[in-house]
Parts: sequence; C-alpha cells; structure tokens
Amino acid sequence: MIAKPDTARLEFRQVTKRFANPRQGGVVVAVEDVTFSIADGEVVSLIGPSGCGKSTLLNMGSGLDPATEGQVFVDGELVTKPNRHVAFMLQKDLLLPWRTIRENVELGLEIQGTAAAQRRETALALLAKCRLSDFVEHYPHQLSGGMRQRAALARTLAVDPVVLLMDEPFSALDAQTKMVLQQDLGRTLADTRKTALFITHDLVEAIALSDRILVMSHRPGRIIEEIPVEIPGRDNPMTRRQDPKVGVYVKRLMDLLHVEQAAA
Amino acid sequence: MQTVLTQPHLRRMMAGSFLLFVVFVAVWQWAPGWFGIPHFIIPPASLVWDEFLRMLAKDKLIFHTGITAMQVAVGFLLGALLGIFAGFVLGMSPTTEFVLSPYILALQIAPKVAFAPLFIIWFGYTVYPKILVCILIVFFPVMINVLGAVRAIDPDIVRLARSFTANRFQVFWKIEFPAALPPLFAGLRIAATLAVIGVVVGELVGGNTGLGYLLTFGEGAGNTAMVFVAIILLTLIGIVLYAIVVLIENRVLHYLPARSRTAV
Repeated sequence: MIAKPDTARLEFRQVTKRFANPRQGGVVVAVEDVTFSIADGEVVSLIGPSGCGKSTLLNMGSGLDPATEGQVFVDGELVTKPNRHVAFMLQKDLLLPWRTIRENVELGLEIQGTAAAQRRETALALLAKCRLSDFVEHYPHQLSGGMRQRAALARTLAVDPVVLLMDEPFSALDAQTKMVLQQDLGRTLADTRKTALFITHDLVEAIALSDRILVMSHRPGRIIEEIPVEIPGRDNPMTRRQDPKVGVYVKRLMDLLHVEQAAA
Repeated sequence: MQTVLTQPHLRRMMAGSFLLFVVFVAVWQWAPGWFGIPHFIIPPASLVWDEFLRMLAKDKLIFHTGITAMQVAVGFLLGALLGIFAGFVLGMSPTTEFVLSPYILALQIAPKVAFAPLFIIWFGYTVYPKILVCILIVFFPVMINVLGAVRAIDPDIVRLARSFTANRFQVFWKIEFPAALPPLFAGLRIAATLAVIGVVVGELVGGNTGLGYLLTFGEGAGNTAMVFVAIILLTLIGIVLYAIVVLIENRVLHYLPARSRTAV
C-alpha cells in the first residue's frame, strides 16, 4: 500500500481518463494528468467550461469509473470500486418515487445493511436538520424542487461518507431556492466537518461555498489554476456571497474561463 | 397538488353511468320491435334474460362459465409471470435481447389465435390448448412493457445505488423491479382484456366445454339469444379480471399521484 498522506481525504494523482470514441478519431481524452488533494474538512470547488471532464473526475472519485492512468485515493485508500467512504449527489435529485422521503434517505443505509431502527433514527435526525420533518412520510412528487434536493442531501449524508462528491447539485433550482440550499449546505458541511468536492458552473456559488477553487481547461481537461478563497465565514455562504471581495474573485475566474471573449 | 373529486361530483358521474345503462337496456328491449327487426337477428333484452335462466337450468351454464373463467385465470397468470420474467431478463441483458429480438418480433407479429388449431392437434380437446393460446396472447404486452421499463430506468439512479455499494440483486430488487411496476400494470391491463380472446378462440376451434363452445352451439342451433348470453358472460369474465388487476394496481401503486391513475 502506498503511504497514506497525513491529511488528504481525497487525492487524485496524475489521473488521465480516455474514452474510446470511434466517431471522433478513436480516442477522446476527457481529463489529462490531473493532480490535486483535498484535506480533511476542506470544501473545494471545481469549475470549468462545459465538457471539460468535471463529471468524469467525480465518477472516478466515486469508484464507478476507473481511471485510465493514475490513481485516486480516498482516506489514503486506492479507489477501485464504489466504497462506503464516498457519496455523491447530482443535479437530479434521483429520489425514488415509490419511496417516502424517509425511505429515500434510508436507501444507502439499507443497501449497506444497517438495522431498520437505526436507519430510521439517522434518517429522521438528518431530515430534521434539513428542515423536512413535516414531510417525512410524503412522497417525492408532493415536494418542491428545493425540498427534494434537500432530501437528496440528507440521503447523501445518511451513509456518513468521508467525502461528498457533488455535481452541480443546485443548478436546476431557481435563484432564491438555490441561495437557501447553499446556506443549508454550507452550514451542514461546517457542522459535520465533511470534506467535499463541489462541481459547479456558478462562479459565485463556488466562491461562497468553498475554501479553494480549482479551474479546469477545455478538453482535455487539466487543472490550470488553484485559487484559495480568502473570505471568512465559509459556514455562512449567504453573508459570504455579499463580501466585496467576491467581485475580485469573479473577475479572476471570468478571465481564466475566457467568459468575456466568448461573449464578444 | 392533485385534483380530488368531490363526493357529490363523483355521485353525479356514477348516476350518469347508471342512467346510460338503463337507457341502453330499454333501447335494446324495444327498439328492435319498432324497426321490425326479427328476434333471430337481435333478441330483445327480456328474451336474452329468459334464455339465460333456461341455460342456467338446462345447459350447465355455471359449469361452462367456470371452465372458461378458470382457463382465463390460469392462462393470464402464467402468461403474465412468463412475460414479467422474460421482460426483466431481456431488459437487463441487451445482448440476449439483440440475439432474440428478430424471433420475438416474429412471434409478436404472428396472430396468436392462429396457433389454436395447432395446439388442439398437439393436446386434443382438453383445457391445455385454450390455456396455451391465452398464455401466448397475454405474454407479449406484459413482456414489452417490462422490457421498456427496465430500459427506461435512469442510469444515474443505478449508479447512485452502486455508489452505495449495492450488488446486482440489490439493484434489481430496490431499483429495477419497483421502477418497472407502473408499466407492468399497464401491460397487465391490456393483457387482461386479451386473455378472454385467447381462451374463447381455443374453445371455438374445438372441444365441448366453455362459453366458446356454447357460442358455437347457439350459432348452430340458430339460438341468437344463447349467443348473446355467451358474449355477455365472456365480457363479464373480462371485466372481473380487469377489475382485479386495477384493484391490485391501486394498492401497489398507491404512491402515484391520483391523476396519473385512470378510472378505466
């Protein structure tokens, strides 16, 4: 086994991912030589143009897709298949329509064989934290989009993962709901001291929620910049997004992503 | 969230349905007389009722109805189980489906009722040819619906389950099976209406039991009222089967919004 780094909870070492694609000349390089690590309790955002391989990184992190080259470590262990240390959350809530909200939150625990009483206790506690106590026995279709996504967050947290991987979890929500959920997430991550990799297209979201931002290039995706966010109060994204320094970070990110050139 | 029919509204609609039934029976009773249609073309309702009572007393009507109902029930059950099984197997294995698809398509296009004489050659004037035609006719709508449902499952839901370290059986039992239930029941509804056809065709082709036999007997004897009685009872068997399916469906799919379930 390779020596365990002191504090890294999630680590990518020279990870490259290629896909066979007969139409585009055989092979597509999705991400190339990506190296970064996320320390315990750290929240890192990944930002980059569409199709730069952000989601590919996340799939490799969760052990669903193997890396073509390089290694991914979670908690010092080489990731080869899905494991209990990682849980992911997508833009789609992926709630099962035939399960109540509570049963949906229990899904992961159920798969992992936790006893019913304990599952229930965990689910109810998390649903209370996500302000869904009144909807425990409701079905997903009876909830609003924001509430459903909060339930999805509870389901992700229920398995008590070491690392949370989130792929644009709030991008389908309206602007206000989104800010409320960012606040929920920011608080929850700080309370539970979870480590998270957060993929987003929303520059302000990345700044408000994270300790660090990784910027990726066009395909083949590489990490071209690493920006520590030096604004206090990561546990309070609502206030943090109003900080005057946010504009400076936005400008920096826009330059790196060539947003203005694209509009010209 | 969902439109709930108020009690008075529901009662009015039911009264409407009943009124229509009364009007229908009245027209059936008296209209043939007004237009001078002879009784051997359309026997009035009262005559059919008399014939029904006569057949109960003299023609072992209950026995024949029971035989037909039994064949419908057994054929439907076996056909549905086979369809469910094949649907899941083909849905989970694209290779199998690819290899088998031309044959499945051919069998689906072949008019199932045309197999009745063949089955009678094989099994004689027993219940088996009738049940076999019924199985064949019930099989396809069920299989196609289950297959389509398994195919349509969002792969991200399966990935979510796998990220929680679900094994193949857990993915089936917790995701694929429940996800396929709504289309499965849609298929069972269609199959319920077809099941009676399968059995009747078998009975028409050969044998001396069942309502299909009484149908041909009535025809041979020029007893139109008898034919009417047989048709009505066959319809009733179909209605009962359909109602059972809907009843089970409403219990199993209780989580669906009321609007997406239908009255018919």
